[in-house]
Amino acid sequence: MNAALLWIAAAAALALVLGFLARGGRQMGLAQWTVAGRSFGAPLMFLLMAGEIYTTFTFLGGSGFAYGKGGPAYYILCYGTLAFVLSYFILPPIWRYAHDHSLYSQSEFFAARYRSRGLGVLVSVVGIVALVPYLVLQFKGLGIIVAIAGYGTVSAPAAVWIGAAILSLYVMVSGVRGSAWTAVAKDVLILGVVVFLGCYFPLHYYGGLGAMFTAIEAAKPGFAALPPHGESAWWFSSTVLLTALGFFMWPHAFGSIYAARSERIIRASAAVLPLYQLILLFAFFVGFAAILQVPGLAGPDVDLALFKLSVKSFDPWVVGIIGAAGVLTALVPGSMILITTATLLANTIYRALDRKADDARALFVAKLCVPAVALVAVGFTLAGGQTIVALLLLAYAFVTQLFPALILSLAAGDAPPRPATTAGAAAGIIAGIATVAALGLTHSSLATLFPALPAAVTEINAGTLALAVNFVVLFAVSGSAKLVAAARSRP
Amino acid sequence: MIHLVRALALVPFALMLVGPFFLNRVTPLVFGVPLLLAFLVASILLTAVILALIYRLDPANRDGPQ
Repeated sequence: MNAALLWIAAAAALALVLGFLARGGRQMGLAQWTVAGRSFGAPLMFLLMAGEIYTTFTFLGGSGFAYGKGGPAYYILCYGTLAFVLSYFILPPIWRYAHDHSLYSQSEFFAARYRSRGLGVLVSVVGIVALVPYLVLQFKGLGIIVAIAGYGTVSAPAAVWIGAAILSLYVMVSGVRGSAWTAVAKDVLILGVVVFLGCYFPLHYYGGLGAMFTAIEAAKPGFAALPPHGESAWWFSSTVLLTALGFFMWPHAFGSIYAARSERIIRASAAVLPLYQLILLFAFFVGFAAILQVPGLAGPDVDLALFKLSVKSFDPWVVGIIGAAGVLTALVPGSMILITTATLLANTIYRALDRKADDARALFVAKLCVPAVALVAVGFTLAGGQTIVALLLLAYAFVTQLFPALILSLAAGDAPPRPATTAGAAAGIIAGIATVAALGLTHSSLATLFPALPAAVTEINAGTLALAVNFVVLFAVSGSAKLVAAARSRP
Repeated sequence: MIHLVRALALVPFALMLVGPFFLNRVTPLVFGVPLLLAFLVASILLTAVILALIYRLDPANRDGPQ
């Protein structure tokens, strides 16, 4: 075993120990396991809400996207920032309603607001469908880290299997509290590592940031801005909007709101989080530095940029520390995603089938679902060939479809949502998901479907089109249902 | 009054969704980074200021336990 693998194993062991300790002798009922008894104050809440900022997605995906695409990677800085602005206004009413009605999950929220168990099940299914690619990208990151830092001694598939086993064990032991404490360790470590690498590489290889970007501009003019076609300003703007709207539609992001002690804590976190976002800059710098130093990575291999450059530059033990940070960035969000998926399966889908199940039974089923979900994700990870960012954008196109029904229900306060009816909300969600799936499966974009449209329009993110379809169907179905009702009530 | 302050929340959206159409350039580098990136970073800093202002002035945050 080399020095790098030793550090990575230590990180995994640390995560497990923190998970065991976090349990702290508490009785683990369903409320304790999923929302930590709604007891989180500002610091822990802040970390839970920031969860996505330092995941494998930004660590490897962000640097890889900057390496492979250049300027379009900046979208990652923007969508989180706009999502936090939105969160200041939309999360507190969600928290209040969930708190007053003792809700645990996102699907329960939809089911309660629209007074429809069926809609709750639909929302769960959407959540599960979107969470799988999200979990796959964490496993993909784990595989990359362990395989590269192992200098060839551990195969990538073996690394994915090991990661999945640790993650499942960790989640089954500790639930959400484990996530929060490991999140503290992870954020400190990743902060140090990313800032160090983002400063060191440009300085070491180019003599400074300005010199680095000047060299890149000379080699690839315009690469560090948006290209005129493809990932253009139109793509950028629509992608930022789509993903900002989707940021808190994630079942686990929704679930993390519920763990807050008060709504004021949520507002305070929202106000500080945009600054936290800036650490991403350093991940971009790493990707940009790699362009001229480890050229030639293409396709899904762009995600290797950070580690290829690290292996080229450092001794194994330094690579090990970087890898340890990377392992934690995959484990923490991975555990959140697993808990959420398992709770969704147990609480809505299982309970829809077995109406008499009590909380203890639902918790038992949730824990059984953990390894099952992990297995499915491992299967997709070993089969797939997408980049990390491509996986996340696909997942976002799915999950953002919950936004129209949510925002209309919030706008109505505690009254029944208007003008959305339950049927309208369900029809809109289904139409939006179907649009995303159809575009994805046929590999079409707006450009191939409507070649006559001006280029600017065809570059708009396809998920935005699905969102528009969703809104139109929602209003059409809700409106016609009301017309029918009005016609029936007429004498 | 608070409605006006809350309306400031629209500013980050305008900057980040519209700005890239006009400032999509690498040069001149600003503090060593491409112009577009520098603009987006400045927008994020301004967003933090705006959110802090809204939080401070929002009556909903005044009373009650932390």
